[in-house]
Amino acid sequence: MKLSILLAVATTGVLGLVAARAVPVVYKLPEETAAFKPGPNLEVVKNNCSGCHSADYVKTQPNMKSKKDFWQAEVTKMIKVYGAPIDDADVPKIVEYLAATY
Amino acid sequence: MLDRRELMKRAGMAALATGLGSTRALALDTVTLPFDNGERPLVTYPQKRPMIGLTSRPPQLETPFSVFNGGPITPNNAFFVRYHLADVPLNIDPDKFTLEVKGKVDRPLKLSLKDIRKLKATEIVAVNQCSGNSRGFFNPRVAGGQLANGAMGNARWRGVPLKTVLDMAGVQAPARQVTFGGLDGPVMEKTPDFVKALNIDHARDGEVMLAYGMNGDDLPILNGFPLRLVVPGYYGTYWVKHLNEITVIDNEFDGFWMKSAYRIPDTPNNSIEPGTAPKATIPINRFTVRSFITSVTDGAKLKSGATTLKGIAFDGGTGIKEVAVSTDGGKTWMPAKLGRDLGKYSFREWKLPVKLAAGSHELKVRATNNAGDVQPAEPRWNPAGYLRNVIETTRVTAA
Repeated sequence: MKLSILLAVATTGVLGLVAARAVPVVYKLPEETAAFKPGPNLEVVKNNCSGCHSADYVKTQPNMKSKKDFWQAEVTKMIKVYGAPIDDADVPKIVEYLAATY
Repeated sequence: MLDRRELMKRAGMAALATGLGSTRALALDTVTLPFDNGERPLVTYPQKRPMIGLTSRPPQLETPFSVFNGGPITPNNAFFVRYHLADVPLNIDPDKFTLEVKGKVDRPLKLSLKDIRKLKATEIVAVNQCSGNSRGFFNPRVAGGQLANGAMGNARWRGVPLKTVLDMAGVQAPARQVTFGGLDGPVMEKTPDFVKALNIDHARDGEVMLAYGMNGDDLPILNGFPLRLVVPGYYGTYWVKHLNEITVIDNEFDGFWMKSAYRIPDTPNNSIEPGTAPKATIPINRFTVRSFITSVTDGAKLKSGATTLKGIAFDGGTGIKEVAVSTDGGKTWMPAKLGRDLGKYSFREWKLPVKLAAGSHELKVRATNNAGDVQPAEPRWNPAGYLRNVIETTRVTAA
């Protein structure tokens, strides 16, 4: 008997399993469904942003009046608050992409 | 912690694994939540029915609102999922899992799941609601997870009181707070790990629970298997998942997730002028009182004549005193009949037979809790998009 249970989605529905005793539970997260839209500095954005979150986190943010201010504040938050290791030189490129694309 | 390479590998593996035909998040369809930029995929995850996909990494899933019309208990496979940090535990051995209790205690403990299950169990029915539930309805809009009303759920939790375990460990006199950490963690080295704190008296109130059971089953993986904190009446941010570390401290915890995040204005009703910044803040705490119509949806077309409206109400733990319904946009109100009382922390069902003449109607529902708090007619605002509890309006047409 296998030592792991693969919790998997069958195309017909969910295969829900409860962990049995003495059996490690392995969970497979499904494939990501969203990708960053094409735009200026896309590669810089992918390299800096994809480590911590998927593109849908960006895509689902509201349309603000001043997109540049909004995205500048978000990028600053990612660096200052969440410790994202983003080079200073990349910051304006990321903000440009976000303001132009979302 | 995962390094970035491992993370990318995981993302890549997920993509490759589609070859096995087993792990694709089938975007069955899309739904459009009723605010700007509200289009979302309906996704299927292991142990979950189709859910509204907010973000895939970290996983965040919202409950389709129709689920709340199915009864006062939210099924495990429909319960919302919220993670902050992308290093989600995907391989958990319940036999090796240990909960550590340490800090200002006489007897530091390492408890296995078996040890915890041997302790006298209790059950409580309690709502868990994300602090950011309904954030997408804020005006002006604010940054963050853009949720409609489905980041909440009500379950029967089974486990042991946190007090039991703290008493076993022997809390030392100068204790002020207890902190809680789980197996999930950040991807980047400098990202603050997700740790929350409760005051010592709250932690020892006998109601805060270490839960391993949910609606008669184990916790689903994405809801915190094998053990999570249940903090009845408090926002979900305190309900630490995959709980494996409890630390008693003799100071006020100053970690990021308490000191900087999940703060609300220190003002009456914790609200401020929309679009402004608060002068002082406090940690978010108890739920505001809320109610919803679940039996009809906004924009629905109904048969004119008699119909029974149905829904749910809940608050931060005083219990629901009264639910009133208006079919004329709030001019007149009728008391609804409350359903079975599953406890003061639970969803409380309500229903009311009404007659709707041909034409359009603004249906409203308004709950009052046992502390006398009533839902406001106008939305309150805070910059993080928390605490929404305006009287909700459902527009229908009868013909």
